Parts: sequence; C-alpha cells; structure tokens
Amino acid sequence: MDNENKPSAAARRQFLADTARMACGVGLLGLGVGLYSRHAQAFPPAAIRPPGALPEAEFSAACIRCGMCVRDCPFNILHLAKPEEPMSTGTPYFVARQLPCEMCEDIPCVKACPTGALDHSLKDINKSKMGLAVLVDHETCLNFLGLRCDICYRVCPVIDKAITLDPQSNARTGKHTLFIPVVHSDHCTGCGKCEKACPTEIASIKVLPLYMAKGQLSSHYRLGWVEKEKAGGSLVAPEVEHKYNMPEGMQYEHGKGLSGNPGAVPPAPTPAQPATLPKALQGSRL
Amino acid sequence: MSPTLAPSPARPGADAVAAKGWRAAHKWLILRRSSQIGILLLFLAGPWFGVWIVKGNLNFSYTLNFLPLTDPYVILQSLAARQMPEKLALIGAAIVLLLYLLVGGRSYCAWVCPVNLLTDLAYWLRVRLGIKGSAHISRPTRYWVLAMTLVVAALTGSIAWEMVNPVSMTHRGLLFGIGLAWAVLLAVFLFDLFVMRHGWCGHLCPVGAFYSLVGKLSVARIRLPARAACNDCMDCFAVCPEPQVIRPALKAIAGTPPLILEANCTNCGRCIDVCSKDVFAFGTRFKTRVAPVAGVPQAAPK
Repeated sequence: MDNENKPSAAARRQFLADTARMACGVGLLGLGVGLYSRHAQAFPPAAIRPPGALPEAEFSAACIRCGMCVRDCPFNILHLAKPEEPMSTGTPYFVARQLPCEMCEDIPCVKACPTGALDHSLKDINKSKMGLAVLVDHETCLNFLGLRCDICYRVCPVIDKAITLDPQSNARTGKHTLFIPVVHSDHCTGCGKCEKACPTEIASIKVLPLYMAKGQLSSHYRLGWVEKEKAGGSLVAPEVEHKYNMPEGMQYEHGKGLSGNPGAVPPAPTPAQPATLPKALQGSRL
Repeated sequence: MSPTLAPSPARPGADAVAAKGWRAAHKWLILRRSSQIGILLLFLAGPWFGVWIVKGNLNFSYTLNFLPLTDPYVILQSLAARQMPEKLALIGAAIVLLLYLLVGGRSYCAWVCPVNLLTDLAYWLRVRLGIKGSAHISRPTRYWVLAMTLVVAALTGSIAWEMVNPVSMTHRGLLFGIGLAWAVLLAVFLFDLFVMRHGWCGHLCPVGAFYSLVGKLSVARIRLPARAACNDCMDCFAVCPEPQVIRPALKAIAGTPPLILEANCTNCGRCIDVCSKDVFAFGTRFKTRVAPVAGVPQAAPK
C-alpha cells in the first residue's frame, strides 16, 4: 500500500502544481484579453456603426466580425476595424467625414448580417439611429456667422425634418436674419451627409454617437404646456384674470396697453414726511 | 516531449521517396496545400478579381448566396456573451459541425486554416536551421485557453477573443485589409520558429482545441492497416504535428486498434506520405467492428 501511495502522492502534488501553473498563466492571458476588450468598448466618436447596430455593449457580443455588411454595402463605405484601431477588432464602422451612409431603402447591410448584430427589425432606413448630428461649433458655422450656407440643411436626406433653419435676428448688424440650422433628434438618422458636406475646414456639424449627443430629462420632469394640452386645460388652479395695480382711473389690458384719463383724478399727494435721519446719524457731521 | 520524438537528422520521408517516388510521397501534402490555398483563393476571388463566389470570412461565409457556413466556436463565444444569433448563423454553424463530424474536427487546422501555412513553414525552417530546444508547455494548455476565452466572453459580455485571435485576424486581414495584424502573424511565426516546436497550433490555439472536441466523434480517421510492417524509422513521428496521437495506435498500446482515435489528429495525412511501408491510410472509425482487432496485416486501404 505504502509503495503504491507514495508515487501517487507525488503525482498528485505534481498534478496540483501543474494545474495551478496552467490556471495562473492562462488566467493572466485572459485578464489581458478581458481588459483589452473593455478598453476597446470605448468606441471612438468619429466611427459610426452601420444602420440598425445594437447598442455597443450588445453589439460586441453579437457581431462575429464576418464582414458581410461590408461586402453588401453598395457604396463601400464600411470598414472592418484593424487590430491597431481603438475599437473591437474586425467590427464594422464608417467615418462620416470620409464617406457617409447613403441610406439605401432596402438596407442591404442589415439584411446581410447573419447574427442580428445589425437588427433585422429595422425595415425603414429613416428610422435608423446611427448617431445624431450636432452643430458642434457655433463659432465657425457659416450660418451662425450670418451667411446663407445652408449646405447641411440642403443635403439632409430628411430635409426640413431632421434639420430646419430657424430665423433669429442678427444682433451684430441689427437688421439681418440668421438662419440657424437646428437638428431634430426624432428625425435625424445619423447618416453623416451633413458632416461630409460641411464646407468649413473641419466640419462644424458632426455626427456623434447617441450616448454622447443626446441629453435626457429627469424622469420626474413634466413640461407644463404639454401636460396642459394633454389634460385639455390648466392642471393647477383655475385661471384668474390678472389684475394690474394701477393708479386710480387707469386700466391696463394685455395687448391694448394703458387706457383711462390720467388727468381726471390726480391722486391726492400725501403730505411729505420730513426726511428723518436715523437717530444714530442725527446731528453728526457727515 | 521525449527526445526520441525529436526529428531524426536525416530528412523524414527520404525512404518513402525512394520507395514510392516523389509524387506518391507528397500526395497528401500537395492535396492539403491545394485545399488551403484554394479555399483562400475562393475567398480572395471576390475582393481581388470581383468574382463573388464566397463572401465573408472564416467566421461566417455565404457561398453563392446559398450556403451559409459559420464558425461554431465564434457562435459559442457569442452565446457565452449572452447573445442569440439569427437563424442564418445558426444554420451555418450546424452545417459546419456536421461537416467536421464527418471529415474530422481538426481537419479544419490542416486543410482550411491559413495560419497552418505559416506555422508549417516555421516548423520546416526550424528543422532546416537545426533549431534545437523548445519551451515546454503541455499540449492540453489549449483547452485551458479555450475555457478562458469562453469565461472572458461571459464576464465581459463581448467576443473578446476575436480581438486578438490570430486565426480570424489573418483571414480577415487578407480579405479586408491587414493593418497591423501582420505583426501578430509574425509573432506567431517567430514563436513557433524559435520558442516552441509546434507552439501555436499544437499547444495554444483555442480554435484547434475547439475543433478537436468536435473531432472526438468524427468519422474520417487515419487507419493503420499495415502496422505490423512498421520498421520503426520514426519518420511519421518526425512529421506529425501531434506525434502523441500515433503511438497508441502504431504500437497497439493497451490493445488500441489500428486506428488513430485521438481527437488532436489533424488528418493532415503526412504520415501516409512519409511512410515507406504504407502503414497508414485514410479510412473511417467504423471498420474496427468488422476487422478483427488483432491486426490483419493488409486490410484494403481506402
């Protein structure tokens, strides 16, 4: 028994040592891979995923890096990330400033995806949310400077919905109008046409990932005018006509202005009180 | 690795060339290289010549807009990261699993994988340059790496291994632009050349480890219909990328039938080529029930 046990104990010790060595070595490698992959999930803002892409956390689990979307894009705008690029190796993206999405009606890239990393439930390209255009630089946007550039507005595939031109008075000249491009997030698909077309040296309007571009109201916020419309009337107290505190005989009506006879009843002047200095100051030379 | 398995100074296969002629002694090697390069060319025909027979890459490909083929290993990682793929990818994975259940799991390594071309070159150079010595890591390390990739996928919720996987990186790089992936390839090549004999494919690669698990049940096998004729020249051990798989079947250790059942045999067929005595042949695992285990010297090779 002893003779049989001794080698098996040594073997067991050897086995445990080997196992520990292996687990540590491979575990170290795994730690490296895991940390590297976490870093790469901080997706660079200039890179935009194809239409229908799942949120980044799910995308990196669903995309098998096959490049089918790249192949089926008729405009060849998509690339697969190379290992040195700061995102998950082999995942698809495009750069709007180089080549924006042409928003094909049949969305071939989504159809080509075998795993659903590009969500097959996206049937209308106008509903895609690749990102959100943001007029990032008011100092360089030509329309902000008073010109009628309007290029972003004109090239937008969802013209007059995703980007509108809102007139504002030009305070600098005092007599002109600024046509301010305003992006509306409910219609913007993030295709990047505006960023591509922006004529400033570096684009003044840029497509950013939604998580960067979009704010969110706190859940308890209510917009008074929206709530009022929903309820069909004011939700607070019954509306009372506002009374202006006016001199006797004078009325003020909103929209009409002052009315009444100011000369008729001049308010009786109360006898002026002699100005009294505070006691502490009386008699002192100021 | 015991020193007896080290390659003999004489070039393995010299006897076979003398006995069978050059072509017969390189038959499976030539077929295998044709398969590896042919599959690569099928993929490259699209981006290079605009002939789109196959789209995609080894992770998922679509042949003639009809046949989906998916790497089941990448799907497994996706599932570990809690994502359910669409039907097309699952059908592709099922087809690939069935295929390798037929032809042998690690046939993928020997007949398809582009990295094998590189590591085979590294091994060939290693022998030619007489580079001796090799770091020791046990061969089952690859199963630890395989498990690690799945654990990391589950923990990070992403297919993390695909960020560094040299196998898919090579293939994707050739088709979609290589970037700095060549540096990873060079690292694998140099590792195999200077640090460890059969280091990547034979010890570490989790893709191979995955396919070896598929291959545990696979049908196509190397048989040894003439193992009694073995003259112990050791040439098969010298060329085999997984020499440990040969010994039990060749030496009938513990009554092993003349059939290589080890999951890590890559079905590369080099042993068939280099054996001057024609000990080896391709066959199926099923014949053992028909032929007596005791070893008929000359069963008909398939």
